[in-house]
Amino acid sequence: MFAIETVALEKTYTVGFWRKATRQALKPLTLSIPEHEVFGFLGPNGAGKTTTLKLLMGLIYPTGGSAKIRGMDVQDPRVKAQIGYSPEQPYFYDYLTAHELLRYYAQLSQVPAREQEKRVSGVLERVGLRDIGKLQLRKFSKGMLQRVSIAQAIIHNPPLVFLDEPMSGLDPMGRREVRDLIQALKEEGKTIFFSTHILSDAETLCDRVAVVNKGELKGVGAIADLNTRGTGETEVLWEGTGEIQGFRALGEPHRSAEFWRVLVPDDKVYAAIDLVRQNHGRLISVTPLRETLEDYFFEKLNSKEVQP
Amino acid sequence: MIARVRSIAFNTFREAVRDRVLYNLIVFALLLIGSALVFGQISIGIEKIVLINLGLTAISIFGVVIAIFIGIGLVAKEIDKKTLYTVLTRPVRRWEFVLGKFAGLIGTLAVNAGLMALGFFGALWLEQRKFVRSDANLLTALYFILLEFVIVTAVALLFSSFSTPLFSTIFSFALFAVGTFGDDLRGFAASSHGAAKAVITLAAYLVPDLSSFNVISLVAHNQPIMPRLIALNTGYAFFYSALVLAGAILIFDRRNLK
Repeated sequence: MFAIETVALEKTYTVGFWRKATRQALKPLTLSIPEHEVFGFLGPNGAGKTTTLKLLMGLIYPTGGSAKIRGMDVQDPRVKAQIGYSPEQPYFYDYLTAHELLRYYAQLSQVPAREQEKRVSGVLERVGLRDIGKLQLRKFSKGMLQRVSIAQAIIHNPPLVFLDEPMSGLDPMGRREVRDLIQALKEEGKTIFFSTHILSDAETLCDRVAVVNKGELKGVGAIADLNTRGTGETEVLWEGTGEIQGFRALGEPHRSAEFWRVLVPDDKVYAAIDLVRQNHGRLISVTPLRETLEDYFFEKLNSKEVQP
Repeated sequence: MIARVRSIAFNTFREAVRDRVLYNLIVFALLLIGSALVFGQISIGIEKIVLINLGLTAISIFGVVIAIFIGIGLVAKEIDKKTLYTVLTRPVRRWEFVLGKFAGLIGTLAVNAGLMALGFFGALWLEQRKFVRSDANLLTALYFILLEFVIVTAVALLFSSFSTPLFSTIFSFALFAVGTFGDDLRGFAASSHGAAKAVITLAAYLVPDLSSFNVISLVAHNQPIMPRLIALNTGYAFFYSALVLAGAILIFDRRNLK
């Protein structure tokens, strides 16, 4: 059983005053995400990430296809007890304190009354807001609200957590704190589905990523596979020589403050090493270049090909 | 189910009573009630009538303003600020949310009306230095005002379930204004002919008939209020609000929360 499974899930809005024109926010999306996976949903703004999340959350209704969470249709009320959701740029009731808000959400999530206080204190501690739990939320910064948002998403200890742009608008410290929180959830074995356009966060946290653009799934790949996929080039670093004649046939050497650096095709690596040796240079490193998430993202983003 | 509706209602009430805008409106209403004392002083012989008319009208008007603005504001804000998303992604059904909001708003309005009524009775005591038996009729008038709030809140929720806050406010005030002259509308329907009669009669039954809830003039002149009217108004408010709420739930249940 998959944690999340969509089959040709799509959403088309009717737009305009007479509702005659249509706008396809999500083209048929087929996706399977196993339990305990951290899945990143990547794409530029307006790509269809939030639409997908809203469809999975049952906040909007699909115009085609189906979506299941842990084997149940997303509209099945039982699904709601299994998920936690943190929306993009969260905002909560201004005049409630963080403590009151979490207590309210614990009640709605059917956490037993005798456990509610313990849970609220626990998550406040966990997101680092224990000392300001009695402060009204209108006095909270964006980063603090983001942490409250994650706290409310996990107050009922769901096995599946959905996070919409959890690092959006945060400063480096805030981003790190949220990243650590997601990392901790991952270590607990929760399935995490999060949308982001910050690639470094996805690369650090995710097991797999999907790239969407203009409402269309462009590709799905495992981060581990990306790290083993070579680019076909190798970086050679050395020192102790002047410019070596004959290197230009292999690649364009550049001199930094201390080293020479050249990118050569993989099949020319030994020729490059020989040239360094012949010129009595000291080899610093020979590193085959791996594909980064950024390379993958832009490759998929610009591709005409659509993931079946 | 009951527990979730109760939680939403309590949260709505708590959020509303902590909002300073609400207190500004209540203070303004109390000032208006207080000013009735001054108007009473310059109205020789009809001080009490002026006080009751002005005081109860202030409670009614400000209550309706609060019902519409807070009713629409709270629901629209939940959608606009996405707070609603974190509620509806829990084991909460959409109808439970609408019902909880409605109950919370009615609670808020009841407390507001109670505060304004205290101010009103305080002013009445200052005016006559005692309470007389016929003043009990004022409680019936206040009860009718409260029933009016119930209907207006349901209408405000209906409009906010599918429309923007601005249009919801305009529609709600328009319906309240037309409903206040419900008797005239029915009279107009009765004197019309042909297709116009059918259309106006339909409109007269669709808009809430709030005219029968206005007994301010009667109680100001010490006229008794028939128990039959109390029963009819209670039943009408209950059924009209239930129908309007059912409509709000049906629309909200199908709405895409963009």
